[in-house]
Amino acid sequence: MTVSHLEASHLEASRLEAPELATPPTATATGTAVRGRVRTWTPVCAYTDLLPERGACALVDGHQIAIFRTFDGALYAIGNRDPFSGAYVLSRGIVGTRRGEPTVASPMYKQVFSLVSGVCLDDPEVSVPVYAIRLNDGVVEVGR
Amino acid sequence: MSTTTAGRGSGAATRVVVAGYGPAAHRFVERLGELGFDGAITVLGEEPRPAYDRVALTSYLGGKTAEDLTYPMPEGVTARLGDPVVAVDRAARTVRTASGHAEPYDVLVLATGSRPFVPPVPGRDLPGCHVYRTIEDLDAIRERAGHVTSGVVVGGGLLGLEAADALRGLGLATHVVEVADRLMPRQVDEGGGAVLRRHVEALGLSVHTGAGVERIEAGPDGAVARVVLSGGEVIEAGLVVFSAGVRPRDELARAAGLPVGERGGIVVDEGMRTADPAIYAIGECALAGGTVHGLVGPCRTMAEVAADRVCGGTAGFTGADTSTKLKLLGVDVASFGDIAPEGALDVTYLDPVEGVYHRLFVSDDARTLLGGICVGDARAYQTLRPLVGRELPGSPTELLFGGTGAVAVDLPDDAQVCSCNNVSAGRIRAAIADEGCTDIAAIKGCTRAGTSCGSCVPMLKRLLERSGVQQGKAMCEHFAYSRAELFDIVRVRRITSFSRLIAEYGTGRGCDICKPAVASILASLGNGHILDGEQAALQDTNDHFLANIQKNGTYSVVPRIPGGEITPEKLIVLGEVARDFGLYTKITGAQRIDLLGARVEQLPAIWKRLVDAGFESGHAYGKAVRTVKSCVGSTWCRYGVQDSVGMAIALELRYRGLRAPHKIKAAVSGCARECAEARGKDFGVIATERGWNLYVGGNGGFRPRHADLLASDLSDEELVRTIDRFLMYYIRTADRLQRTSDWLENLEGGLDRLREVIIEDSLGICAELDAQMERHVTGYVDEWRATLEDPEKLRRFVSFINAPDTPDPSITFEIERDQIKPVMIPLETVR
Ligand SMILES: Cc1cc2nc3c(=O)[nH]c(=O)nc-3n(C[C@H](O)[C@H](O)[C@H](O)COP(=O)(O)OP(=O)(O)OC[C@H]3O[C@@H](n4cnc5c(N)ncnc54)[C@H](O)[C@@H]3O)c2cc1C
Ligand code: SF4
Repeated sequence: MTVSHLEASHLEASRLEAPELATPPTATATGTAVRGRVRTWTPVCAYTDLLPERGACALVDGHQIAIFRTFDGALYAIGNRDPFSGAYVLSRGIVGTRRGEPTVASPMYKQVFSLVSGVCLDDPEVSVPVYAIRLNDGVVEVGR
Repeated sequence: MSTTTAGRGSGAATRVVVAGYGPAAHRFVERLGELGFDGAITVLGEEPRPAYDRVALTSYLGGKTAEDLTYPMPEGVTARLGDPVVAVDRAARTVRTASGHAEPYDVLVLATGSRPFVPPVPGRDLPGCHVYRTIEDLDAIRERAGHVTSGVVVGGGLLGLEAADALRGLGLATHVVEVADRLMPRQVDEGGGAVLRRHVEALGLSVHTGAGVERIEAGPDGAVARVVLSGGEVIEAGLVVFSAGVRPRDELARAAGLPVGERGGIVVDEGMRTADPAIYAIGECALAGGTVHGLVGPCRTMAEVAADRVCGGTAGFTGADTSTKLKLLGVDVASFGDIAPEGALDVTYLDPVEGVYHRLFVSDDARTLLGGICVGDARAYQTLRPLVGRELPGSPTELLFGGTGAVAVDLPDDAQVCSCNNVSAGRIRAAIADEGCTDIAAIKGCTRAGTSCGSCVPMLKRLLERSGVQQGKAMCEHFAYSRAELFDIVRVRRITSFSRLIAEYGTGRGCDICKPAVASILASLGNGHILDGEQAALQDTNDHFLANIQKNGTYSVVPRIPGGEITPEKLIVLGEVARDFGLYTKITGAQRIDLLGARVEQLPAIWKRLVDAGFESGHAYGKAVRTVKSCVGSTWCRYGVQDSVGMAIALELRYRGLRAPHKIKAAVSGCARECAEARGKDFGVIATERGWNLYVGGNGGFRPRHADLLASDLSDEELVRTIDRFLMYYIRTADRLQRTSDWLENLEGGLDRLREVIIEDSLGICAELDAQMERHVTGYVDEWRATLEDPEKLRRFVSFINAPDTPDPSITFEIERDQIKPVMIPLETVR
């Protein structure tokens, strides 16, 4: 499994402490985090197309993937569908931290999701898929 | 009241019947419950509803509902309402009601209160003549006030002035007629009366003292048309309210042969028992210790005494505090203790320029406080009232002018803080220390202090502060400050970015609570376009896309239509845009047109068409000033007295785009008929013959509240200046997502305080507030126009960053009533 955040931070020499913050996603009890090997990497945009502390949505093989660039330069990718409303909107939520963990709050009913694990921190039985993401020569790639 | 309290369920009585269901009866049955009384309790009430807070009656005209005022009915009480008791058969121990119902009792409690005294003047029964005692009275007064332009209140006492202020609030030119040579003759002396009169006249009330009503004359319709005074003066008025004192309702007792006082009132002993040991009398109908008590505090104490006795206790009623404070907007009058004691020394202070009059009575050795009168500034009342009968903690002048904080520490535990509910300082300290009360609401719930007339709430706050309770104010885990504190930090330290603010004053990287709140603060303080630089990332999705998100992830478009006025050409453009982009179209409650169902990538193209046609952002997506709704006003309406549309447009254009802790809605009505429903708005303007009345703190929605009258008969210029300051003061001091209604209710000192700050400039900040608003007005740019002109900002308006031209396939519609409607994919994946 490729760990996206490490690669993103490697490029940014000044942000080497970021990996501690973003532990690699592993399979969770709910099975929604990234499993197995990434087979394909799809380039989606230039790193500079992403605003710090804000998300965007990429369409990869018909899947909507919300991608985020946080203040420290790290990248995250989760499913764009908000499980509470059914709308594809998580990429448009407010990014932040909760006790140090990077998060996004759904713009619909404001539940907060971990960008690392995809777990809803307000209702841990609910989670969204987590995808691999990396930076390859200035280009952001999402892995599936 | 002495304090023996009976144990649970003691006492031989099993069936208690209460005649009358007012505050005294309510407290009585409530107290029985608290004492564990286990017999049957039946209450027979004349009014059609359970007991309610009569002290707060006037707030019913200010927007409170009957339900708001009604006390919860204690458990286990049977009530028959709307069916007065007409006779007591003492031999058979039964009462009979008007409908013929017979109710047997072991113990009967008369709690029939009093009735307003209506002097026997010719014409007093004409339609348009009212008293001021019940909710039904107020309904009738409000109804009549809608048809007339001026009113007369007969009686210039506490209640008369309260009623007069209420008539003024209903938009009537109001006269007060008082037989004595001064207003509130029972509470204030001549000096105080003169100062009081000036305050009352300054409110716009006409005062006629030293004059009685000679007769009331009808107009051609048979209803009141004018009032003729004893001096011959004639007042043209269509509404008369009698407020010339009350008389105890002792008729049941009289007919049953129980002794009553010479001037009325059922004679009772210390234990509230009448001459018949099975019958008690409590409240305003009782004559206790030779006095009929007309304040709710003693009435409640009597109720507690009777309840204790019924349960076998030995409590006694030994007189009561007669302190009073006028609940008149903008006029401070208070009297406490003995106000003309024999052989006392008095200290008088008069400042005719400021309109302040104080008089304190102290014992002849100048050490003990006996009583006092405050007019024009009753701040000292709070501190002084509990000290009556005690040694003064300082010289009288220090007490009057040294501020109130210092003395509160020294309040002895047995000093009474809330006189309505007889709660001592010690009881409140215990609630804080032992019962874990950490805010005013908890103290109110625990002790009842502050739940009636509310004048002791500032004292409660102080006791809370003194006991070192830190009010929880942290906005979220990232900031230990309240929004108001952050606002001041940002303003004073001139901080212009979230990054700097959180680095210097917070922890972590923010969240969906603090980020939009700080974004709003930065915007209120004029830091450029909300999507500039780092600010963009702070905005919630609505502000980020300058549109309102809908349930399927599409957005709505609401262009500004100031005052709801629109040309046919512009209306056609809206129709064409909606048609060309396939949007669902609906008229909003705020006199605008909502176009729904736009995908993010459509928003710029839609807005390009709208901006080209002269529209601008309506800020429906922002916590910002939304609309100023208006009625058609004097230009078209035959009743209108001012141009409400013109004013609404001017106000909407002035405040458009102003970011605030929450959304702000407004309206302007062209006359008192109020077709624009301005009193349901954050600020509402209602035209009068002489200008504009300004109401603030109204709300529709989840928790409706009628706005309160802040100032009357303002010129255009005064109106704008007052609203400027109101808005800026709110923006400065409110909590996150706190609407003006809630803010006003929680503002220490309430409406009076607001007036002091923004009209009298008591904090000296008005110039700053004015300048801040000026910056907003001159700095305004249309957010959508600016966005369309900036390719950087436009780049964000895509559904997919890797496929900017692809519409979101998850968004689909079906047709309902000839328009689109979202199709939602079922929520199968949740849990
Ligand atoms: C507008 C207004 C403002 C006031 N402001 C203040 C204030 O600021 N501070 C203060 O201390 N006090 C104030 N008061 C006075 C306070 O409201 C009274 O002291 C209090 O209501 C007395 O309570 P009570 O239960 O004795 O009588 P009431 O409130 O008069 O209740 C008696 C009830 O008995 C009913 N009744 C009468 N006869 C019968 C019968 N035969 N059978 C059945 N039912 C019957 C009546 O309809 C009534 O509902 C104010 C009063 C008014 C009207
Ligand atoms: S509020 Fe008055 S002026 Fe406005 S429409 Fe109604 S009646 Fe006419």
